[in-house]
Amino acid sequence: MSESLLEAWNRPPTIEVDGEGELLEVAMGPHHPSTHGVFRMDVVLDGERVIKLKPVFGYLHRNHEQIGQTVGYLQMMPYTDRLDYFCSLTNNWAYALAVEKLVGQAVPERAEYIRVILAELTRIQNHASTIGFLTQEMGASGTPLMYAFREREKILDLFESLTGSRMMCNYMRFGGCRVDMTEAHLNAARKIVTGLPRFIDEFENLLTSNEILMARSQGMGVLKPDLAVNAGITGPMLRASGVNYDIRKVDHYGIYDRFSFRVPLGEHGDIYDRYMVRVLEMRESLKILEQALKDIPAGPFIDPKAKIRGFKPKPGEAYGRIEAPKGELGFYLISDGGTSPYRFRIRPPSFINLTVLEDMCIGQNVADVVVVFGSVDIVLGEVDR
Amino acid sequence: MTNMLDQVFVLLKHRIVGLVPMPVQPILGAVLSVVAILAVFPGLFAISVLLERKGLGRMQNRIGPNRVGPLGVLQPVADGIKALIKEDLVPYSADHVVHFLAPVVLVVVVFMGYAVLPMGRNMTFVPMDAGLLFYFAMGASAELSIFMAGWSSRNKYSLLGAMRAVAQMISYEVPLLLSSVVIVMMTGSLSLDKIVEVQNQYTWGLPHWFVFTPMGFAAFVMFAIAATAETNRSPFDLPEGESELVAGYFTEYSGFKFAEFFLGEYVAMLSISGLGATLFLGGWSAPLEILNVVPSWFWFFAKIMVWICFYIWMRGTFPRLRQDQLMNFAWKFVLPMTLLNLLVAGLWRFMGEGWLRWVVCSAILLAAYVLGGRIGMRSKKFGPRSYRYAE
Repeated sequence: MSESLLEAWNRPPTIEVDGEGELLEVAMGPHHPSTHGVFRMDVVLDGERVIKLKPVFGYLHRNHEQIGQTVGYLQMMPYTDRLDYFCSLTNNWAYALAVEKLVGQAVPERAEYIRVILAELTRIQNHASTIGFLTQEMGASGTPLMYAFREREKILDLFESLTGSRMMCNYMRFGGCRVDMTEAHLNAARKIVTGLPRFIDEFENLLTSNEILMARSQGMGVLKPDLAVNAGITGPMLRASGVNYDIRKVDHYGIYDRFSFRVPLGEHGDIYDRYMVRVLEMRESLKILEQALKDIPAGPFIDPKAKIRGFKPKPGEAYGRIEAPKGELGFYLISDGGTSPYRFRIRPPSFINLTVLEDMCIGQNVADVVVVFGSVDIVLGEVDR
Repeated sequence: MTNMLDQVFVLLKHRIVGLVPMPVQPILGAVLSVVAILAVFPGLFAISVLLERKGLGRMQNRIGPNRVGPLGVLQPVADGIKALIKEDLVPYSADHVVHFLAPVVLVVVVFMGYAVLPMGRNMTFVPMDAGLLFYFAMGASAELSIFMAGWSSRNKYSLLGAMRAVAQMISYEVPLLLSSVVIVMMTGSLSLDKIVEVQNQYTWGLPHWFVFTPMGFAAFVMFAIAATAETNRSPFDLPEGESELVAGYFTEYSGFKFAEFFLGEYVAMLSISGLGATLFLGGWSAPLEILNVVPSWFWFFAKIMVWICFYIWMRGTFPRLRQDQLMNFAWKFVLPMTLLNLLVAGLWRFMGEGWLRWVVCSAILLAAYVLGGRIGMRSKKFGPRSYRYAE
């Protein structure tokens, strides 16, 4: 005889684990204000201390890889926008890079510059809003977030005037870009870039030496470098753990060798390091932007001979990867000679960075769980695909 | 004329009470006082909610509410109507009686606290000898309501929120009381009217507010911290902890019960601001002697609103502390400082008039603060960092 509904309701909300006494099991999410969408963490608590944490993925699964194998190469481009909807331009770039490798397509120089400019702007707006969300999760009532959104707004306005859409840009093409970045767009970008240092200074004044922020983030959610490497963590999270790995430096994709910029590294691998690495990366991105906006050459924005649609690559495989704001974003394509790939695989940084969540959260306070979670920097569209 | 304006409410009440026969007069007087409290403070609640939403909006590059009425000033009315007509959901397995009683208890006890606050010259509703004690008794009862809400909802977030709230409020009750005891020592009275009378004197046109004495200032700072924690305001808003606990102890409340919690929270904030103003900022006394032409009740409410603005400013600036950090701060820093403050207040009393006691008392408190802060910071493992770059 199974227990009645009323009995099930009235059962005390605790569970017994051998030797641990009475524990409380809380399902944080999928309806929770700070899970960045639909994500669930099944947390087992001893008082406020986390004993166990099980991430539950898949609430936003949309069958991306299967779609990629049924539609044509160009048709997949707008779908990539929906992966990490904060950074659609870098998603476009990674996918275009993979297809260009598959078909052996070269990219004109001006297009490369445009791609760098847009990718770095994307990185800045992503990092700024990530820090905003992180402080939101620490309980700052939205002030840093709104500061970040004010700057993000300017960047999104530029994206809108250039690509026609604020977030779903669908801008890159195989062998270049969809439309040219005119002098007016470049001037708008220059204006944004001159204004940004002041914003970052203001942001840091508010946050970096804030005692509560330091107390909440230093020594919390530590990720050791060896675990980070073994788990395949990439991006600012890996660099915050002190591992020097930036695909812009390692892979030399695009034209990143031409710009001088440095890779900031953390030492402790805690939340504060992840925050600071992002702040410093924004400053480095600004350096790249200044150089790129100065040097951008004239010329075609897309290879005139490039085949955009209806092409059939020779059988083979290609893996295109870039340093997306959240980490290594890769697209793996296998062609069997048809109009759509035989296998379409995405390597999402958000998802893989999230796999170490339990290791970072165990032994911490329940209040730290959401902060650790926020410091990972995920977008559910990319986690669940 | 000035005096007339100052006493306008008192005279009005006497006039109305005088209209009825003698045996009914005490009852009518009490009813009028209650009606005044129930009319003024919810109104002030609406103003401070609007002020908070607009002010916070301005701090965050937003506009804030601007749709309902001119510049959005009717927004609280719209919110009130919304709360009234919303469905009142009660969880299936909740303890219905306690779930219903919790917001009622909160609203009742926070309004009781106003009975002893002197809101102007001769404007204390119940001029009690042990007014301060009564106030704290009422303030402590609010914890009961929060625990009732958290427990009866049968929701894990509510339970965690209530756990936090009870731990936090009991911890900060101690420094709140001890920092007020300094004022009791200096005036020798628990009556809030007496405390204001003592502060309502002027030397060279400047008032004798307790905040201008060394231990009064220290107690003021400690009181402000403890009051923030006591009213669950940012950066001590852990019991609600929106990003962690959804809404804390009132997660399962909707409709008008939620509005009651909201009202209770803000009215408690207004009342503890009023107590702080009474104890340290001279209550209804004017900040300068020449400003005594302005009615006394104006100063009381002006001080409350300044205090509220300070709360809003803090909310717009700080992230939230964690539970253990909050407790450490209460027991390891605020409590020792308030205890030391008691000693200093005794010393002040026995050193007699003169500049020497100013120097000695300030030096002791300053040294303790600096030393305590240093030791506290050293035992913590955080501080500014420098970063290296690859290549």
